[in-house]
Amino acid sequence: MGQYGICHTISHEQAMVMPGDVYVGGDSHTNTTGALGAFAVGLGHTDIAYVLLNGNIWFKVPETYYFKLNGTLPNHVMAKDFILKIIGEIGNDGAAYQTMQFGGSGIDAMSVESRLTLCNMTTEAGAKNGIVEPDQKVVDYLSAKGATNMRLVHGDADTEYSKLFEFESSEIEPMIAKPFSPDNTCVVGEAPSVELDKSYIGSCTGAKYEDLEAVAKILKGRKVKIRTEILPAAISIYQRAMENGLLKIFLDAGATVGPPTCGACCGAHMGVLAKDEICISTTNRNFPGRMGHVESQTYLASPMVAAASAVTGKITDPRDLL
Amino acid sequence: MKGNIIKYDRDNIDTDVIIPGQYLKVHDYAELATHAMEGLDPDFHSKVKEGDFILSGKNFGCGSSREHAPIALSQSGIKAILALSFARIFYRNSVDGAFLLPIEIYQDAYDGISEGDEIDIDISKNQIKNITKNQTYKMKPFSEIIGKIIAAGGLFKYKPDQD
Repeated sequence: MGQYGICHTISHEQAMVMPGDVYVGGDSHTNTTGALGAFAVGLGHTDIAYVLLNGNIWFKVPETYYFKLNGTLPNHVMAKDFILKIIGEIGNDGAAYQTMQFGGSGIDAMSVESRLTLCNMTTEAGAKNGIVEPDQKVVDYLSAKGATNMRLVHGDADTEYSKLFEFESSEIEPMIAKPFSPDNTCVVGEAPSVELDKSYIGSCTGAKYEDLEAVAKILKGRKVKIRTEILPAAISIYQRAMENGLLKIFLDAGATVGPPTCGACCGAHMGVLAKDEICISTTNRNFPGRMGHVESQTYLASPMVAAASAVTGKITDPRDLL
Repeated sequence: MKGNIIKYDRDNIDTDVIIPGQYLKVHDYAELATHAMEGLDPDFHSKVKEGDFILSGKNFGCGSSREHAPIALSQSGIKAILALSFARIFYRNSVDGAFLLPIEIYQDAYDGISEGDEIDIDISKNQIKNITKNQTYKMKPFSEIIGKIIAAGGLFKYKPDQD
């Protein structure tokens, strides 16, 4: 009891998924923990019932698209910006039935939590799963949470990928996805001038500890101009945010801090959008009605962009406030 | 298998519009059916008839893994979805739960079939006949395992050991 939060966050916060595992979950963002080097796949509830009963399930073995990132992302750019850029380029079904693997010096330099963001949103490109080859960072991340006996599975040296995409970190900018699709992207500099009603910082995609740290960096000493709701993705994250003073920064800025749940991401509760409301959100989807009323609108963004926009009330590049 | 077409001339029909999130706590299938397609077409429930088919573009059923989506459509009377492509979880939910048939079609069928057309799907021949327009199109064949699960009547009735 007492260890609660979003399932896709609990799964890594409590080191329930290990490198080399075949891990299935009854939700499309089960892909998240592929960042630990697991084969993590979302299924429906009939399939999950079958797995619980039999311990196995059928899969079509996917081919792999390899996304190579060269160079370290700039400080104002987050993994969310990179994955939005990818989805914008390849489309909602651009990796349908495929594995999306991420690698290169930019991924090596990335924290495990950032890699979790990438793998989480492979679902939005139609992928079966997302994966990053496990390295020492993954071992350290899981060891710190008590894991032992990790089995690191690596690709073959002569692996052939069905498609290769290459990106330069220096060319990636803060991104948004406009209503009503995650592939309807543009750079923040080209965002439409809309009056936002609220900023939502939550979900398995955008409320991990480092996401909250990025938000705090922007909100520290400032006041939000619009309703801002911050829901840490798991209670372990909530506690760290409390102990390290992040919650105080959020409350001093005028934001509301909510309990760790999926919240308004799927239109469930805690900040569901009303008719005609416009929201900037660190979540993963913005289909019609996703976060509430079918005539509400959601712009998807990184935690930094959502925080900067909370301060100004307009879609804002975090560079303006860093 | 004969039925009439309800056509949505668009791509990326997602499960959030097929069955909006506020209905995910509804466990009564008949009630779930009254909200099918509500996020896109509030008239769907009044026009759908038992045995109808939906025709749509690419990536049908993308987004949330909610099995309520194929259930709500199936409970509305929809027997098959004809689409240029499907999102993977919707596809396997439809087959494994034996809710409806996801039929992958080619562009000629998409362009040729109109709202209200009566069509006849023949899985054994991988063929779709448009009775209204007297045209015939090919459908993409099911993969081996998908064909077996459909023939068995869903994943729980499929016996892989007997292969």
